[in-house]
Amino acid sequence: MKKMIVVLIGLLPVAGWSQMPTGVEILQKVDENTIAGNRSATTTMIVHGRRNDRTMTARSWVEGTDKSFSEYLAPAREKGTKMLKLGDQLWMYSPQSDRIIRIAGHMLRQSMMGSDFSYEDMLEDKSLVDIYTAEVLGSESFLERDCWVLKLTAHVEDVAYHSRKIWVDKERMLALREDRFAKSGKLLKTAEILEVFQEGPRWYPRRMVFKDALSKGKGTELIIESIEFDAEIPKHIFSKAALRK
Amino acid sequence: MIKFLLNGLLRDRQRSLFPILIVAIGVWITVFMQAYIEGVLGDIVDSTARFATGHVKVMSRAYAENADQKPNDLALFGVDQITGDLQRQYPDMIWVKRIQFGGLLDIPDETGETRSQRPVLGMGVDLLSPGSSEIDILNIEKAVVTGRLPQNPGEILISDNLARKMGVQLGEAATLLSSTMYGSMTMYNFTVVGTIRFGILGMDRGAVIADIADVQQALDMVDASGEILGYLEDRVYDAEEAAAIVDSFNASYLGVEDEFAPVMGKLEELSNLSEYLAMAENFSGILVLVFVLVMSIVLWNVGLLGGLRRYGEVGIRLAIGEHKGHVYRSMIYESVFIGLVGSLIGTGLGLGSGYWLQVQGLDISSLMKNVNMMYPAVIRAEITGETYYIGFIPGLFSTVLGTALSGVGIYRRQTAQLFKELEA
Repeated sequence: MKKMIVVLIGLLPVAGWSQMPTGVEILQKVDENTIAGNRSATTTMIVHGRRNDRTMTARSWVEGTDKSFSEYLAPAREKGTKMLKLGDQLWMYSPQSDRIIRIAGHMLRQSMMGSDFSYEDMLEDKSLVDIYTAEVLGSESFLERDCWVLKLTAHVEDVAYHSRKIWVDKERMLALREDRFAKSGKLLKTAEILEVFQEGPRWYPRRMVFKDALSKGKGTELIIESIEFDAEIPKHIFSKAALRK
Repeated sequence: MIKFLLNGLLRDRQRSLFPILIVAIGVWITVFMQAYIEGVLGDIVDSTARFATGHVKVMSRAYAENADQKPNDLALFGVDQITGDLQRQYPDMIWVKRIQFGGLLDIPDETGETRSQRPVLGMGVDLLSPGSSEIDILNIEKAVVTGRLPQNPGEILISDNLARKMGVQLGEAATLLSSTMYGSMTMYNFTVVGTIRFGILGMDRGAVIADIADVQQALDMVDASGEILGYLEDRVYDAEEAAAIVDSFNASYLGVEDEFAPVMGKLEELSNLSEYLAMAENFSGILVLVFVLVMSIVLWNVGLLGGLRRYGEVGIRLAIGEHKGHVYRSMIYESVFIGLVGSLIGTGLGLGSGYWLQVQGLDISSLMKNVNMMYPAVIRAEITGETYYIGFIPGLFSTVLGTALSGVGIYRRQTAQLFKELEA
């Protein structure tokens, strides 16, 4: 009997490890779920400002993590504004001035279209595994979903957020909540996924709220109205010439 | 009596020359410093009022909390109505709408790609309305170095310094990249029609000025502006009058909870110049007090030395029956004469050097590269009515005080011992 107890105690940690994946394994699954080959989507962005709410609609085309093109459809003042991302470069076209301007340097940290997103957020679409090392802090429930809590710390230089704390849905492998921090430890942004949908094997956010912790606004809501995975995207879209068309 | 004293002073130069020199130098410094401080502080206050704060300024409460950051997302709405109300309520004042903004000025090449790009501080002011007082308030016409003032929408003035750094020619297109009132990035095309230099460091480094209607359009601020500036009649600042206007305006919004309700502030509070202004008011007094103290001590010492030298003279005068009080008073009269002559010479020198600094100015821009306040690039003195008489106060008072202190020794002389002293 004594021998049996000793063997069982000896096996306990082994049983525990087998249930708890490593941080990298979780991140890989999150990346697999969220990064698609090609996709096109129509999104609505509601900026809950300190004074009023503004709603913007955009159509976007994304190829992997390096290329994206988006065009604003509404409201009237923003209609025709286009953005092109190629690798780590970002251009913006304004129909009012008929100018294409490369957004670089400190401009990248500015708010995108008055939202809680920065242009830097738009550029940072790489896989999390490529940027961060992950440590599993434990399990917690978030919005009645059982989640892994991970602490991510950047292992590359020149990233917008030095560390993140994320709550990953254990079943759907989707980061339902994120707190993003500066190197100093100051909280910069928070993100919460409020609604999700399933497309084949993939779970994807339908409605999420981003909040710039440094601003007094009430956050920006992003709603995916429609999305098509593995969409056919003409090659010419990802070119500067397409910005003026 | 006066003639006797004057003859004594003129014939015995050792008695008058050194004290007059000391008084003249002290008065010179006092007069020059008064003119210098008047000039510099006056310029700072004037520039701050013209370019930044007005004599009073109306903003939204939320904007006022972070006014240094020019948060146009918190700007006032319905500014035409507010300006109209202010004009009716305070008809003697001039009210102007202004939008201050930051951004990048982007100069395209022939293909439309960025040729050069620099950060700018911009100001949207009423340049095109008939009868606008802004051109006069900002003295823009005199500030134009090349080109002309904007006459049509879409035209812009940029600082001469910036134009040279960016290699911009008149007539070229310039795109302003900034944020709209709602935080979106905006790009707005202007045509550069002139370059300007105000002689104000904060403005000359990288300022752009455009008509307020263009800026409202560019920043999506229709019927909105960050600030409404008010100038008192004749554009002369009066702190008490400004305070009364501020109090009456703010009282009308006391019960309003809205963080975007208008709130008014006055120049000192808005510019952190209250300490400067208080210093300016008290400076002449402080200057006079310091020089009276310092010169009195020096002249006291001079009087003591003179007393030793004139020990025999005083003894004889007392011995032949002159009263101690009469001797003492005659020395005080002498000191008044010395003080007057020294003050006249010192005031003349102070006025001369002050006038030179007023006309010539001293360019300090190279020493103030990182100063962003509305500080003049060329410092100038200003000769005021006070400059003409300020030097006489320390000049006269210190000589009289110095003589009065050193002359006390006369009363210590013992008449009974005078002949013994004279024999010796």
